Amino acid sequence: MYKNRNPSETPPLGGWTLPTLMNFLIIALVSGTSSLAQDRTVPLRIVSVVPAITEMLFSIGAGKRLVGVSSFARYPVEIDSLPRVGALLDPDVEQILSLRPDLVILYGSQVDVIKQMTRARIRTLTYRHGNLNDIHKTILRLGQATGLADEAQLESTRIAELLASIRKAVSGRKRPRVLLVIGRDPDQIRNVYVSGGTGFLQDAIVIAGGKNVFGHFNREAVQPTSEQLLASSPDVIVEIHADGLLTIEESERQENIWAAFSSIPAVRNQRIFSAQGNALVVPGPRIAAATLGLAKIIHPEAFK
Amino acid sequence: MTVKTTPFRNRSLSSRLAGAYILFGGLALLVCFVAPLIGPTQIDFRNVFDSKIPFEDNVDGQIFFIARLPRTIAGALVGAALASAGVVLQALLHNPLATPFTLGVSTGASLGALLVIITGLPIPTLGISAIPLASFAGALGAVSIVYGLARLRRQGLSTLVLLLAGVTLNAFFSAMIMFVQYFADYTQSFQAVRYLMGNLDVSSYEQIVWSLPLLLAASIGFAWLPRSLNLLALGTKGAAARGVNVLTTQRVAFLSASLATGAAVSLGGPIGFVGIIVPHIVRLLLGSDYRIVIPASAFFGATFLVICDVAARTLMSPIELPVGVITAMLGGPFFLWLLVRHQ
Repeated sequence: MYKNRNPSETPPLGGWTLPTLMNFLIIALVSGTSSLAQDRTVPLRIVSVVPAITEMLFSIGAGKRLVGVSSFARYPVEIDSLPRVGALLDPDVEQILSLRPDLVILYGSQVDVIKQMTRARIRTLTYRHGNLNDIHKTILRLGQATGLADEAQLESTRIAELLASIRKAVSGRKRPRVLLVIGRDPDQIRNVYVSGGTGFLQDAIVIAGGKNVFGHFNREAVQPTSEQLLASSPDVIVEIHADGLLTIEESERQENIWAAFSSIPAVRNQRIFSAQGNALVVPGPRIAAATLGLAKIIHPEAFK
Repeated sequence: MTVKTTPFRNRSLSSRLAGAYILFGGLALLVCFVAPLIGPTQIDFRNVFDSKIPFEDNVDGQIFFIARLPRTIAGALVGAALASAGVVLQALLHNPLATPFTLGVSTGASLGALLVIITGLPIPTLGISAIPLASFAGALGAVSIVYGLARLRRQGLSTLVLLLAGVTLNAFFSAMIMFVQYFADYTQSFQAVRYLMGNLDVSSYEQIVWSLPLLLAASIGFAWLPRSLNLLALGTKGAAARGVNVLTTQRVAFLSASLATGAAVSLGGPIGFVGIIVPHIVRLLLGSDYRIVIPASAFFGATFLVICDVAARTLMSPIELPVGVITAMLGGPFFLWLLVRHQ
């Protein structure tokens, strides 16, 4: 019932830990786009407090200029050696300043840090998570800010084309009802968090050719009761396991946990899948490939 | 012909007891019967009990038997346990402000649960989820510390030390909870905050079955207590002079109340207000004889929490409110109204 997906065949769902999850799902309630301070000089020492931005910088070839990253950043491996400067709620201003950055990328709500950086005459760039389409816009803006506009254009086009090809592959097919589980209690169907009707996960479900069973909730994350889970009757359940690969025994245990809810079509027809790794919870460049993985789960017949 | 009405307090014990059982027990039964019929989704009750439809495919049946019935039962058990534990602790500590959570049991339980939520320890469990188990372990830990401290000083069980140790332990465990939460990430912090608000959506009978022996043991204690607690209200010396074994009474009161609280918290999380509001409402209505107040509180606690849970899942449907928020919002004003009216 539970499919252990090999990370080499599904999109890069590398060994990540959960941390960034709420960063992107709860705080991302405020959707918006990045705003850039205009500056002529090309920054060479960048600090990024946002893991998604860190990934975008690497995707346009600006990764080597990073001198500090968020404590929750886990991708790509090149960041392992970089200093950690805290995260959304606990940025370490002293640490940031000590790295002598010429560009600091912060989340839009970190008003105090933005002020402190301005006082220290350090250029800042603020960003807020939006929906899936905002990702390539943000990449283009990052390209402008780092003097890598051409590379950013290429990357943005690559993502847009990949998403378009997914849309095309699933177009005209019946949309299965999808339940995308972001998290739940370790070994029971209790305190289940699922994707609601806004944000990049909802976009990913729609692009992948599914219909989100909780898509009518105008929020990013919903905590349905067991009654609502039963009544939502999804055809496919996808559980995000951001912590990395599950063992076979663990997968079987998870399978048994859902078995009590056998009136759900996905449970009856053994269509419960796990998306392992963090690619689906970071709205960065990897989300396109993760969406392809999701589409292959929802419409296996379309990708033969 | 005039019908002579006697105030409830002046009637004979057996008639008052029968009245309390019929009234409060009947109310609890009625509420528990009606509660599973109400919910955010429309279900067809002809299908629910239709044995021709296999249960695996019976959506209506599964909503009724997996989603609604367990949480109604859990609500009734937790409400009864917390309310009767509240009565007993208020009597034991001679303090109307005592709650089942005063002696650190619930913060100990919460700490246990949060450690599992935040560290994600895959604790090997016997067919039961790790969170309730850890939460019960935390409750037991807190109880042993408080009890040990209260026994240290003298021969007897010092209620003053009990109270102070409990309050201090509460503060200490709260600090530990903040410490643990500080190192958690957003998802886990969010989960932890939601746990602390209480949640009765147990979605299976396993946890209920596990808590039953504990609650049964606690109720044996509660059944034994009333006469001694009545005499204890006169003070420990007065009670001892009338043949009450004060130490045993205190021990039974403390341990059964703690057991009930630990079981309740591991089932539904630390749901506040039930344990203090319900005993006072019952006392305002029925007087202070523990032979009546304890069973009536258990019944009324069950009624109150099941009603609050129905409100939690229907008021803002399809979004569910945390039941702890409802108990405070419904219980607080109602209690104040009763208080003012009786002054």
